[in-house]
Amino acid sequence: MGGRDATMVLLDENGIRCDGRKVDEPRRIMIRAGGLKNADGSAYIEFGDNKILVGVFGPRDVHPKHMSDTDTGILRVRYHMEPFSVGERKNPAPSRREIEISKVIKEALEPAVMLDKFPRTAVDVFIEVLQADGGTRCAALTAASVALADAGIPMRDMVAAIAAGKVADTVILDVNNEEDQAGQADMPIGYMPSLKKITLLQLDGVLTPEEYKKCVDVGVKGCELVYELQKKALHDKYFGKGDD
Amino acid sequence: MTSTSVIDQLKRTQILELLEQGKRVDGRAFDEAREIKIETNAIPKANGSARVFLGDTEVICGVKIQPDRPFPDTGDKGLFICTAELLPLSHPTVETGPPQPPVIELARVVDRGIRESHMVDVSQLVIEKDKSVIGVFADNVVVDYDGNLFDACSYATTAALLTSKTPKWNWTDDSPVLAEGEETPLPITTIPVSVTMGKIGTYIIVDPNGDEWESMDARVTITTDSDGNICALQKGGSDGFTQDEINQCGEISVKVGAKIREKLKEAQKDSQ
Repeated sequence: MGGRDATMVLLDENGIRCDGRKVDEPRRIMIRAGGLKNADGSAYIEFGDNKILVGVFGPRDVHPKHMSDTDTGILRVRYHMEPFSVGERKNPAPSRREIEISKVIKEALEPAVMLDKFPRTAVDVFIEVLQADGGTRCAALTAASVALADAGIPMRDMVAAIAAGKVADTVILDVNNEEDQAGQADMPIGYMPSLKKITLLQLDGVLTPEEYKKCVDVGVKGCELVYELQKKALHDKYFGKGDD
Repeated sequence: MTSTSVIDQLKRTQILELLEQGKRVDGRAFDEAREIKIETNAIPKANGSARVFLGDTEVICGVKIQPDRPFPDTGDKGLFICTAELLPLSHPTVETGPPQPPVIELARVVDRGIRESHMVDVSQLVIEKDKSVIGVFADNVVVDYDGNLFDACSYATTAALLTSKTPKWNWTDDSPVLAEGEETPLPITTIPVSVTMGKIGTYIIVDPNGDEWESMDARVTITTDSDGNICALQKGGSDGFTQDEINQCGEISVKVGAKIREKLKEAQKDSQ
């Protein structure tokens, strides 16, 4: 996605990262529940410079019909990036990367949604990445959970997500685009904080077994921070922006 | 292959009951992979190849090495591209046509495991900087299906790369010219090994076979390198893992991976 600078300092001697954050500091996160009129539920997230919109429809009839399941409802997820969301124009057709991300997000959400309550129906989650800056799958998953809750779909928990990673031999929280491109490892984590279950986990980059455990730990703690913001977004919409 | 019929549910019940007694359907230990058979140089017309059996799962990987244009932002590096495809003869449910999401995931996870380990040192695969580089294409085809294609394709790719010979090209008159009879092994830095673990109920099993694969609640594929470091991971399936389970899977992948790495080294030695 361009913009790589070989001379960029990812972590300076004071432990400050290329965008001024500390090692365990996430980017600015703003989540809004609702916003779309036609969707049954929706959410918008700004996660650093990522801007992502999610709309949820359903439970509704399944088309094509053969996809429906008499035992349970089905969850369908489309993760899609706009052509203008990245440095160089992206072909609007779904890429292999987007198809894979759609699948991992679907599988990350499934444990949270009580699909068995709606046999023969589908819940459709449409994720549109308006602007991308590293960590879109985590931001998208975070917003999708809020949109599902906003749609009133029964859920066991919400999935909060953030990436851990490694730059300059140091484990960090919330990997941005530069750190993803030039760093040593990127580990996106999706986690259900109340059920204490990891539902999305990927890794690329080399980690020692100790760093691996630390990354999981840092990521899980980061998800707990994100979870509070998800709850706040729903609270703000349904109970006003005042104090409790 | 994810449709659950009554038969599948009966199988799952049986598999789970056995796991509760500490047993697996085919008698393996929980952390035991199936027998791995590796046949290298299966396709002489390829620059490297391997036919790998993981139990009854069979995969053929062919490596083709040829000059290519570099990516605009990495003119000082050769290309490494790995694909995977399910052939229609591998299972009655496989249809022809564009690849479905599970197959796209398979190809990308196998590619990522090898790529992120930096197994092939692509910086040594440059013919003329920014103009021409050597491309290494590892294409996997699944010939027979009995679960765990991730590891079968990964081992086939690794074995094929370990035994590949790359031709040499010289940069003459603004184009790459093949230098006859100057083949060398690929520049290999490490041997990545993926280990896929399935979760059924609360049990974690290594290398699920076809029936176990259909019964899994979730899975995780972890790739380790020769130094015992973890270099790629992919979680899949419709359930989650606890943090302890993920840590445990990391340890299993290092331990089981080390054994499988020896098999791959043996296959490399046998081919020489």
